[in-house]
Amino acid sequence: MIPILLIIPLAFAILSLLLPRKWTRTIVIPGLILQLGAALILCLTIYTEGPQDYALGDWQAPLGISLLADGFTVTLLALTALIAALCAIYALFFLERYNREQFYFWPLFWFLLASLNGIWLAADLFNLYVGLELLGLSAVGMVALTSERPALKAALDYLYAALFGSLAYLAGVALIYGAYGTLAIPQLSEMVAGNITTQVAVALMSVGLLLKTAIFPLHFWLPPAHGGALAPVSALLSALVVKASFYILALIWLDVGALAVTVSAAQLMGALGAGAILWGSWNAFKTPQVKMLVAYSTVAQLGYLMMLFPLAIGVSEAAATMAWQGTILHLLAHAFAKAAMFLSVGTLVLAIGHGRIADLGGVSQHMPMALFAFGLSAVSLMGLPPSGGFNAKWLLLQSAIQSGQWHWFVVIAGGGLLTAAYVFRIFRVSFTETVRHEIQATHPMLQLSALLLAFIAIGLGFASEWPLRLMDLTGGGTP
Amino acid sequence: MGVDLWYALVGAVIIALSVFAFISARHLMKKLLAFNMMGSGVFLIMVGLPQHQHGVDAVPQALVLTGIVVAVSATALALVILRRYVRSGGDPAP
Amino acid sequence: MIRVLGAALAAIITLLGLTLALWFAPATQVNLPQQVELNIDASGIAHPITAVLLNFRSYDTLLEVAVVLVAVVAGLALRERGPRVTPHERSADPMLQALTRRLLPLLVLTGVYVLWAGSYAPGGAFQAGALVAAAGVLARLAGYDIASRVDRLLRLGLALGFILFLTVAVSAMFGGRPFLNYPDEWAGSLIFLIEAVLTFSIGLTLLSLFVHAPGDASPQGGGDYGR
Repeated sequence: MIPILLIIPLAFAILSLLLPRKWTRTIVIPGLILQLGAALILCLTIYTEGPQDYALGDWQAPLGISLLADGFTVTLLALTALIAALCAIYALFFLERYNREQFYFWPLFWFLLASLNGIWLAADLFNLYVGLELLGLSAVGMVALTSERPALKAALDYLYAALFGSLAYLAGVALIYGAYGTLAIPQLSEMVAGNITTQVAVALMSVGLLLKTAIFPLHFWLPPAHGGALAPVSALLSALVVKASFYILALIWLDVGALAVTVSAAQLMGALGAGAILWGSWNAFKTPQVKMLVAYSTVAQLGYLMMLFPLAIGVSEAAATMAWQGTILHLLAHAFAKAAMFLSVGTLVLAIGHGRIADLGGVSQHMPMALFAFGLSAVSLMGLPPSGGFNAKWLLLQSAIQSGQWHWFVVIAGGGLLTAAYVFRIFRVSFTETVRHEIQATHPMLQLSALLLAFIAIGLGFASEWPLRLMDLTGGGTP
Repeated sequence: MGVDLWYALVGAVIIALSVFAFISARHLMKKLLAFNMMGSGVFLIMVGLPQHQHGVDAVPQALVLTGIVVAVSATALALVILRRYVRSGGDPAP
Repeated sequence: MIRVLGAALAAIITLLGLTLALWFAPATQVNLPQQVELNIDASGIAHPITAVLLNFRSYDTLLEVAVVLVAVVAGLALRERGPRVTPHERSADPMLQALTRRLLPLLVLTGVYVLWAGSYAPGGAFQAGALVAAAGVLARLAGYDIASRVDRLLRLGLALGFILFLTVAVSAMFGGRPFLNYPDEWAGSLIFLIEAVLTFSIGLTLLSLFVHAPGDASPQGGGDYGR
């Protein structure tokens, strides 16, 4: 059952590469339904039968490679399938006027999906490297699609950061294999000790993954890449792609290398997160372009993910569990909210023909649905109740109180205010009466898919129980 | 101290040199060369360190082969984007 | 200046960390080469590296072929619009003509040998694919018109290796065996077949990336070197 989730996107990647142009679009919906169905069935299977692993080619790890599906993995698989489906429906209509680009978009989209699923399921350090490279190259290809100079520059910076990051990660993997003789993650988490080799390996991997996750101060490549790409690409990149490298980072710190990391190192990671929240919010507050605002908001929101490390390392088990749950919820809520935000902003830009925030006047009257979607996702990003973002921040704050780390409490609570400061820039302008531009008609599905994503981000506030209950199903010890 | 550990140590020196080149160079072509050099250093460690312990090991050798193919593909893509960027009037040494 | 100092600092820290990590590396508890040796008879391939690549860790290789494919798809997406890429006039240089005519068959032959050797000695699909690509590049430079059109046939050729690999991997599941498993008696032949088609696809991929790369001179007439 488990490898089906890899086979479907890979097969559709090939189909959309080889079939005649008009078919590439037709197969998207069936593919998405299959993918979503497979993810849900796997969710149910894991929920009823518990975590499973799968020895590929019938070779047991460490000789072969295993896939591992536990509660956390299937949550991420379902998230990926759902967000990808809504972004793809948006892309079907959005790319209508990009004749050449859409032909290459779909193979890259399916490969991107395959690599994400592969990363969530991987249980082997080197396999994660190959997955990261597949993810990186397909994401870079999508950023460069329009072949315009700024997009090409953004793609180059992104590619260089991704390549350097994966080599640093690979160097760490080389040290781990040299020191322990195996690459299988479940085996390593029982063997790895806190010696200097492990510490250097964890440091190398962390630098590489921080660069790929665009954590301050290594975030320089993200705003141009996410802000400059086509709207559905931006949504996929911000909602899903950066989360993959964060997932591996969390795996390294809390599982594989748990004995090698120190409390002070975890506090340093938290400090990077605080820097990301401040710097990202400040830039989002200053930028004149609406898509760059959303991209800088991603830089800031990624900072909250980093709170996991100080809140979960060196504290009581209850506090660590809450930190972990809060981080997962934040990851999910941010994925939905940010995808909704990029899609709604993309529709606005498409309709008015530019992205200058100062000239957004009057869009509220013409495109209420897109602006409503933006507003709902902003509620979740700010952490106002009821929303997934609120529940996530609530758990993180409680965890900070329980472990007595008041400085992180201030950072998390203050971050919400900073978010409010930059999202209200959009509302302030868009509700003014003056209409300074012609508004082109856009397909209603564009606004609808954004709205649906935003509703899910809000709805997560009422249904946080589900992902958290699923998450509890781990294979023992692993986060 | 065996020859395999030497390979790994030379790999460490190559990585350090290419980290210097990658960060200090401005020209995107030089950065790409630094990336390729760094790859070689990582591969030397990947094969050298395990073989230092128990002789010839096919697993890291196979991993390195995979790594090389991935690095070649990434380099080719980088070159294509770089050339397209320069053709559209971009500056390769910002 | 700050950039150079920062780079130097990063390099020194990297060197120091790596040297310490290598020098004090603990003794490994798992002996993977031993396990490779124990299972090599069941893999259907006599050479351990090929056995690891295409049987024990074939999943890595499958994804790696996908990486190659993604690179060429993104590369094709970025090729320049306009008339199809045609090579320059066939070179009239008799030396080049004679040389290519003699070298091309030899290169392809070496490629086939390297592919064949992969099952018992160092070699295999990727090395052979690189040789085939080199032959293509040489032919291209000498003015032969190959792989210059992007049509369905070229795309099929690029994807063929991946398609076959994926088909073999999936077909195992119809027989109730796990994904990427080979039937015992067929393992050796199937792996060789996959490798042969992969050689072709990888050669074609590298060649396409060469042929369809944007032109060498900038539109303003300047070169892209130096500065």
